[in-house]
Amino acid sequence: MVQFPDSQLDASFAALSDATRRGVLEQLGRADASITDLAEKFHMTLTGMKKHVGVLEQAGFVTTEKVGRVRTCKLGPRRLEEEKAWIEGYRRRWATRFDELDLLIQALKQKEKLQ
Amino acid sequence: MMNPTTTERTSERELVVTRTFNGPARIVYEAWTKPELIKQWWVPKSFGVTMISCEADVRVGGGYRFVFKHGDSEPMPFYGKYLEVTPPSRLVWTNDEGEGGQVITTLTFEEKAGKTHLVMHDLYPSKEALDAEMASGAKGGMCETCDQLDVLLVTLV
Repeated sequence: MVQFPDSQLDASFAALSDATRRGVLEQLGRADASITDLAEKFHMTLTGMKKHVGVLEQAGFVTTEKVGRVRTCKLGPRRLEEEKAWIEGYRRRWATRFDELDLLIQALKQKEKLQ
Repeated sequence: MMNPTTTERTSERELVVTRTFNGPARIVYEAWTKPELIKQWWVPKSFGVTMISCEADVRVGGGYRFVFKHGDSEPMPFYGKYLEVTPPSRLVWTNDEGEGGQVITTLTFEEKAGKTHLVMHDLYPSKEALDAEMASGAKGGMCETCDQLDVLLVTLV
């Protein structure tokens, strides 16, 4: 099980609670991007995107580097932890779904018996 | 007591989920292929998502389309085509809504003593596509943060 300290937990909740920020992470999973690229992609102002990236950076999801006038964003050190957490989350999602499926299978079995 | 579910990233491009169900393959297969049955288990209440439509034309070359909605969000479709249809032991379909390319899902249903062992194998088009999926936390138009929050919450208890 992946462990997160409380402060990081708060930052993670905050960072992931926003659809744009989740979109930014998805985007950066495909390729690094500048703040300008991201702002355009998500139809936002530069200032708005800087704020989002700041929140993600605070939570360790993203790192940024300024070269010349361009600030490039990439996925941060949380990525490996995230992968473990994602796999566990994925497992749980399917486990929940499959519990439901198992109940349905029991019900279908009962129905067959009655026929 | 429910049967355990296992999940493993078996390679850079592959994810495998397994589970045993307490029923014959015929019934498990049916629950995966009939829309009126799929609707009954695909989105448990705790997901906070509703399945607003479910279509499945289960034959080789036929398509499926599941549409989900989470709160006031835009409807999220999950769709693709069936590549192999072998009742009640094997189903292969594509998942086409991802931007990183097509994901191929292979389901095998193996029956033993009235129980069915299911192996769900997802093959991503590239390592990058699976990495991106993990980075985004999204899968199949589901509540993206639910899992993340779920995992985080478990660590608090």
